[in-house]
Amino acid sequence: MFEIVEKRQLCHTVYLLRIKAPRVAAKRKAGQFVMIKINEQGERIPLTIVDSDLKEGTISIIVQEVGKTTTEICALGAGDNVMDLVGPLGRPTHIENFGTAVCVGGGIGVAPIYPISKALKEMGNRVVSIPGARTKDLLILEDEMRAVSDEMHITTDDGSYGHHGFVTQILQKLIDEKMKIDIVIGIGPIPMMKAVSNVTRPYNIHTLVSLNPIMVDGTGMCGACRVTIGDEIRFVCVDGPEFDGHLVDFDELIMRNRTYLKEEKMAMEEFTYHEGTGQCERCET
Amino acid sequence: MDIKDRMKIPKQSMPEQAPAERVKNFREVPYGYTSEQAMEEAKRCIQCKKPLCVGGCPVNIDIPWFIDLMAEGKFVEAARKIKETNTLPAVCGRVCPQEDQCEKVCVIGKKGEPVSIGRLERFAADFEREQGEVAIPVIPKWSGKKVAVVGSGPAGLTVAGDLVKKGHKVTIFEALHVAGGVLMYGIPEFRLPKKVVQSEVDYLKRMGVKIECNAVVGKLDTVDELLENGYDAVFIGTGAGLPYFMNIPGENLVGVYSANEYLTRLNLMKAYLFPEYETPVIRGRRVVVIGGGNTAMDAARTALRLCPEEVTIVYRRSREEMPARVEEVHHGEEEGLKFQLLTNPVRFIGDHEGRLKAIECVKMELGEPDESGRRRPVAVKGSEFCMDADVAIISIGNGANPLIPQTTPDVKVNKWGNITVDYETGGTSKEGVYSGGDIVRGGATVILAMGDGRRAANAIHRYLTTGG
Ligand SMILES: Cc1cc2nc3c(=O)[nH]c(=O)nc-3n(C[C@H](O)[C@H](O)[C@H](O)COP(=O)(O)OP(=O)(O)OC[C@H]3O[C@@H](n4cnc5c(N)ncnc54)[C@H](O)[C@@H]3O)c2cc1C
Ligand SMILES: Cc1cc2nc3c(=O)[nH]c(=O)nc-3n(C[C@H](O)[C@H](O)[C@H](O)COP(=O)(O)OP(=O)(O)OC[C@H]3O[C@@H](n4cnc5c(N)ncnc54)[C@H](O)[C@@H]3O)c2cc1C
Ligand code: SF4
Ligand code: SF4
Ligand code: FES
Repeated sequence: MFEIVEKRQLCHTVYLLRIKAPRVAAKRKAGQFVMIKINEQGERIPLTIVDSDLKEGTISIIVQEVGKTTTEICALGAGDNVMDLVGPLGRPTHIENFGTAVCVGGGIGVAPIYPISKALKEMGNRVVSIPGARTKDLLILEDEMRAVSDEMHITTDDGSYGHHGFVTQILQKLIDEKMKIDIVIGIGPIPMMKAVSNVTRPYNIHTLVSLNPIMVDGTGMCGACRVTIGDEIRFVCVDGPEFDGHLVDFDELIMRNRTYLKEEKMAMEEFTYHEGTGQCERCET
Repeated sequence: MDIKDRMKIPKQSMPEQAPAERVKNFREVPYGYTSEQAMEEAKRCIQCKKPLCVGGCPVNIDIPWFIDLMAEGKFVEAARKIKETNTLPAVCGRVCPQEDQCEKVCVIGKKGEPVSIGRLERFAADFEREQGEVAIPVIPKWSGKKVAVVGSGPAGLTVAGDLVKKGHKVTIFEALHVAGGVLMYGIPEFRLPKKVVQSEVDYLKRMGVKIECNAVVGKLDTVDELLENGYDAVFIGTGAGLPYFMNIPGENLVGVYSANEYLTRLNLMKAYLFPEYETPVIRGRRVVVIGGGNTAMDAARTALRLCPEEVTIVYRRSREEMPARVEEVHHGEEEGLKFQLLTNPVRFIGDHEGRLKAIECVKMELGEPDESGRRRPVAVKGSEFCMDADVAIISIGNGANPLIPQTTPDVKVNKWGNITVDYETGGTSKEGVYSGGDIVRGGATVILAMGDGRRAANAIHRYLTTGG
């Protein structure tokens, strides 16, 4: 059992949870994630470790309600427990002094970009951050991002805050203004990461993205998380989650993440209305 | 009873769920013997002076001895006798390939059917368990030594059981949220009920073994850190990992699974109870399983229980070369499993949403024998054809789990990533570190993994007590 010691709402559908997991807290590095299963019947889902507190032995995760499991997690509060939590999984982000690092975060993607920006900053990089959201209310970790950025450009799709438009427009502008960019790290919805990679490709700017496929074990045993990188199949949970954005087959990832659309919808409806037995009519299963 | 009379007793058949019935549920297929049947079957053993069966068992169970106890109805005593050499009899009695091991060499089998050693073993273990709490052996005083076991599959469980019984403190670290390894996530409920595995794990806990789930060694502590933090020896039993894919077009389409993923979703995560259990799986209308081993058979028979229209095994050689146990192939066939032999997929074909809809295959014929001594399958030119399929399950084997070797470079591995050990002791290239099971052998069997565990436990005990 892993106790939730603090819960904070960051915006409409996004919550920060601080969970007691001292051994994970002691080992985790930027870029790594945990798999969480909240109860006996639960699914195992991957969530990025956003921060850790060594003194208190806690890790922080930021969760967006998108389906049944994430909604259930967000319904938990301080004092509640999650049954299983394993990590830190995945390879840590390779952090060095690149020079100037542009950190692009879209929506909930600001959560995983934050620990990476922080680590880059601590290594002496000049961090230029571009956090974006659909609208002002959905922007998360603004203060935290500001604290680790040398330069910050906020964008909202609807213009309610910061630049009116997409994160990629700012990135393009910085490139056009001849900013010397040594690395770009983009994390957010898959179409956004694809767009960021498309912006930097013609200029050959090294671009990392963090992939979020469906996972089961998270330890390299099942292959559910496989993605195509260049001509190779790679497993995100052990080879990633970060990959060269110029080599990722994003369309395939989008397609694979839609695998259980029907089932997810059904689970969510069941969860919301407590209806249906879910039994196959033809047999006992 | 003299030998002649014993040899007249017919082999006792095992009652089982009828195929039409069992294909609709996940309950165990055979019901097991009754006490009368078990005693009758035990009487068929002629108590050889030089029992060949014992040599056929990788852990050398004293088979005539325990069978003799069973013939007298002393089932609990029989179970204890077995447990002197085999920690997991209820498991082995169910999943051992007996026809290739103990029963293959039983003398009774020369003229007729061999003694059903596996079924008797299973009966004794089940009987003892169902009697109520299984008595635990006397645990000696603590030796002052601590051992870390990485992985809770049959290899790790055996090492842990043997070493607590010798007075050492043992902690098992398991990456998943439950202990048991393949016994829990791979082999299906209808072949090995999870409560059987669970009770074996509980038995170890009652003997004092500590089990820490959700603990990935290499990500939390590394092997070196375990050794620095007070463990005197480490056993690595991390099993196989990284499923192989075929590297053909369309392999990442929605609906194409590895057998590991498919079985993990269904066994470990209970996707057949979706949405009560939250992990989904595509049930499929036409399911194709690629491969001919036990894992393929398990995946196929699991798929049958989700009531699709058809489940077909596609295998590139002929039936004789199929590595799966004959009994499992037979069970599958009874349940309606189809076989498309001498056939190999060349391409997966998807619809506009990227969902699998068909598999292009090519017919194969058997050519010259290859290194494994089996005739090599070669594609027949121009024989391509398409099979409808919305779920494909690839079951062509696993590579080695890389996590420990990556983080412990002084543990040597071979070119396939399997840990190299001294066969007699399980000792690796690193002092105090031992290994066994699938991470050493590649894909093997439960009983071989346990045999490795037994040898390693003896060597670790020697190392801890005499330093050598
Ligand atoms: C390495 C990694 C790190 C992640 N970190 C975070 C994080 O820090 N915070 C966070 O909120 N989420 C994170 N995710 C995504 C998170 O795991 C999914 O949102 C979650 O599994 C959805 O579960 P659900 O049952 O609530 O939704 P479901 O009912 O399974 O899905 C609902 C919707 O989400 C989509 N979806 C399903 N799986 C994923 C996925 N893996 N990624 C994105 N969308 C998905 C579905 O297509 C569907 O539209 C991460 C994923 C990975 C692989
Ligand atoms: C579907 C299927 C059916 C089979 N059927 C049969 C059968 O009928 N008869 C038979 O004899 N054999 C069968 N086998 C083979 C048999 O199950 C294996 O040979 C045996 O389980 C190997 O045991 P093991 O202890 O080496 O490893 P495993 O059982 O693979 O267990 C290894 C454990 O280590 C854990 N682990 C891995 N890395 C780490 C880490 N870094 N830290 C902590 N824990 C870790 C894993 O999560 C796993 O639980 C089957 C295998 C499969 C997949
Ligand atoms: S452990 Fe396996 S091989 Fe040994 S006697 Fe039992 S069934 Fe036979
Ligand atoms: S070989 Fe057969 S008959 Fe002889 S002791 Fe073993 S089981 Fe009994
Ligand atoms: S999630 Fe199973 S291999 Fe990555």
